[in-house]
Amino acid sequence: MSHVPAATRAGTRETPHPGPVGPLGAWPGWWAGLRDALHAEWTKLRTVSGPAWLLVGVVTLTVAVSAVAVAATKCNPSVGCLADTTKLSLTGIYLGQAVVAILAVLAVSNEYSTGMIRVTLAAMPRRSAVLAAKGVLVGALALVAGTVAVAGSLLAGRLILPGNGFTPANGFAALSLAHAPTLRAACGSVLYLALIALFSLGIAAAVRESAVAIGLSLGVLYLPPILIAVTVSNPVWLHRLERYTPMNAGLAIQDTTRLHSLAITPWGGLGVMALWAAGALLLGGLLLRFRDA
Amino acid sequence: MTAATVTPYRSTHPAGPDRFAQLLRAEWDKFRTVRGWVIGMVVAGLLMLALGLLAVQNSSQCGPANSNSPNPPTLSGAACLPTFPIGPGGQAVTDSFYFVRQPLTGNGSITARVTSFTGVEAQGVPGSNTPGLQQWSKAGIIIKASTKQGSAYAAMTVTGSHGVRMQYDFTQDIAGLSGSVSAAHPRWLRLTRSGDTITGYDSADGTHWTQVGTADLAGLPSTAQAGLFATSPQYGVLTTSFGGGTGNFGPTLATGVFDHVSVSGGKHSGSWTGGTIGSPAGFGPNGQSGEGFQQADRRFTVTGSGDIAPVVTGPGSAEGGTGAIQDHLIGTFAGLIAVIVVATMFITAEYRRGLIRTTLAASPRRGRMLAAKAVVIGLVTFVIGLVAAAIAVLVGDHLSHDQGLYILPVSGLTAVRVVVGTAALLAVGAVLALAVGTILRRSAASVTAVIVGVVFLYILAVVPGVLPSGAGGWLLRLTPAAGFAIQQSSPAYSQVASAYLPPDYYPLAPWAGFAVLCGYAALAMGLAVFLLRRRDA
Repeated sequence: MSHVPAATRAGTRETPHPGPVGPLGAWPGWWAGLRDALHAEWTKLRTVSGPAWLLVGVVTLTVAVSAVAVAATKCNPSVGCLADTTKLSLTGIYLGQAVVAILAVLAVSNEYSTGMIRVTLAAMPRRSAVLAAKGVLVGALALVAGTVAVAGSLLAGRLILPGNGFTPANGFAALSLAHAPTLRAACGSVLYLALIALFSLGIAAAVRESAVAIGLSLGVLYLPPILIAVTVSNPVWLHRLERYTPMNAGLAIQDTTRLHSLAITPWGGLGVMALWAAGALLLGGLLLRFRDA
Repeated sequence: MTAATVTPYRSTHPAGPDRFAQLLRAEWDKFRTVRGWVIGMVVAGLLMLALGLLAVQNSSQCGPANSNSPNPPTLSGAACLPTFPIGPGGQAVTDSFYFVRQPLTGNGSITARVTSFTGVEAQGVPGSNTPGLQQWSKAGIIIKASTKQGSAYAAMTVTGSHGVRMQYDFTQDIAGLSGSVSAAHPRWLRLTRSGDTITGYDSADGTHWTQVGTADLAGLPSTAQAGLFATSPQYGVLTTSFGGGTGNFGPTLATGVFDHVSVSGGKHSGSWTGGTIGSPAGFGPNGQSGEGFQQADRRFTVTGSGDIAPVVTGPGSAEGGTGAIQDHLIGTFAGLIAVIVVATMFITAEYRRGLIRTTLAASPRRGRMLAAKAVVIGLVTFVIGLVAAAIAVLVGDHLSHDQGLYILPVSGLTAVRVVVGTAALLAVGAVLALAVGTILRRSAASVTAVIVGVVFLYILAVVPGVLPSGAGGWLLRLTPAAGFAIQQSSPAYSQVASAYLPPDYYPLAPWAGFAVLCGYAALAMGLAVFLLRRRDA
């Protein structure tokens, strides 16, 4: 196909949808391809039952773990309560992210395991557009599920916490999104889940095998907190791990108290998580582009 | 249809043997011929090594001991290695206290009445010492093999908040009378030596004596040191937050007032000598120790600082710069994740590729097929885990020494249990992953389920600030994460106040925790065999 001039390809064959092109006019075909890819990927996602169940899983598991963590924490005013109630109410994100990772990994690896990827790439040869479409869709689904899950978790915290001694009399106002740090933690947690989806998607595109992809994603997320909590005695390494590993940095967005003692600022931490997601997507995209499917 | 015309086809080849060995052979061939799985297992071993060695990076620096120059040169590495006396049981111990003693030759006994027991904490700022006893501050009578640190001993002692105790050889602790000491409620203490056996008694009135316990101190020399002692461990306030904790520690003093002190039997000199065992604590504003004793007839006031106890690791323990051999095995988590991925794929790949139909056609007894898979993946994991754990512990010990990190000595048997237990933990984790893979038949869901069930629950339990410690403790009793208890190398001593946190201490005993993990694996295997038989492949 390389004998067809580029202008012809862009102008007549691969831009069947006329319309404004915008500032990225040099790639009109890519954007049109993205629209087609989005449509195709959305069809794939909504016509199997797995993704819907996983989204339900994200919400229920997140809210359940949050509710258990909140219910297990009691405030004893005589010794003083140091709990960050907002962060405590969002504990479920620890588990919810694992389900989000499954959703994102399966969006890619299922195609490899069934051989569907060959059909997909034959129909849409612009591989970057395919990955971008998958990223947009799983990211959007993670945002939707994450919003419901975070809202449910905060509601559980708001209802349960006062019964455990976290009352205004002890210095804990009821959780409310009108409180700016809580709003930041809530929105940030939703964004965090979307970034987890993109991160896992990139890894899945790079390694293709679902078991390996999910193992890698969860390993990168879950191992650093264990290293930080139980072994590393060297403060330099401790600081590095707290600042630059995806889960520790990314979940700094949930902190609302004692921000000065954090190794990284909340938004800075989410930025680190975004870099991890971008790096994984870039790696996955390059491997997808230059490797035979 | 007439029966005579139907002749089923029979192969003319003789049927091959259909024993378990053939199944094992078949599953082993499947495992070793998939390059990715072999690489995955090797990666598991390498991850264990790499993370274990990362954990011993220790940047602690120290000044030379007993330096009086204004700008002492800072030392690092092996020069900072703390040294601990070794107790009769082979464990590292703290053995520092104030000892008012006289030699006692042959069988005999020592008796004393304690009428007052008080203490102070140093708060760092001179003049701001606050009164208060530590819960395991001690004052009482002791018979000790020699004044050498770590030598065998037996003691009857009053404590800050645990009543009268008989303690001997650092690790043993027997409760006597409860309640605290005052002039109105004095405590009589007596130790009687007969050969190598020392018997402890206590009494509230000096006439009705109760035997608390006996200590068999093998090899006690005929002339031992008998006398009064006082000691008080440093206080610690530990604040934990997400991802770490900070501690505030300082020395303390305890003062015991004794009267009716008598030594009888045997051959004893009758004159008392006072002295510090171990290095005196820097307590006052000018570093003076504050330890010592006063005697008026048979009434003694003894003040001491330190502890007579085994050394424990972790925040809140008396000594910094210490570790335990399981610190080198922190990579087990990373290795376990890799093992879970490979073990899950060992069965889910069969479903994905349709190979399962060939496998089950060739070996219709499905339970046996799964058992063969479990044996192969379990054994492979065990061997890899054993090699990686042994290297990590050996190299880690060496590196820690060079970095100035003291690794608490353990008996050879304990070291073998920790290393073999780690390998067994990985192997059982692999069998669990295989079973869950058979149940769910999908890679991503199975891998996530097992990682969440083991590693994620461990995080919930041990990362400070996620769950309150009580709830975290239950997670380490009831979930598969309990299996990591097999890596404990020393027991938690009730007579030493410390935080006792994972990965050094778990709520369950080593084998009990491992049994919980095995229980989950057995349950999952049972369900897997049941479903495998019942479902179409």
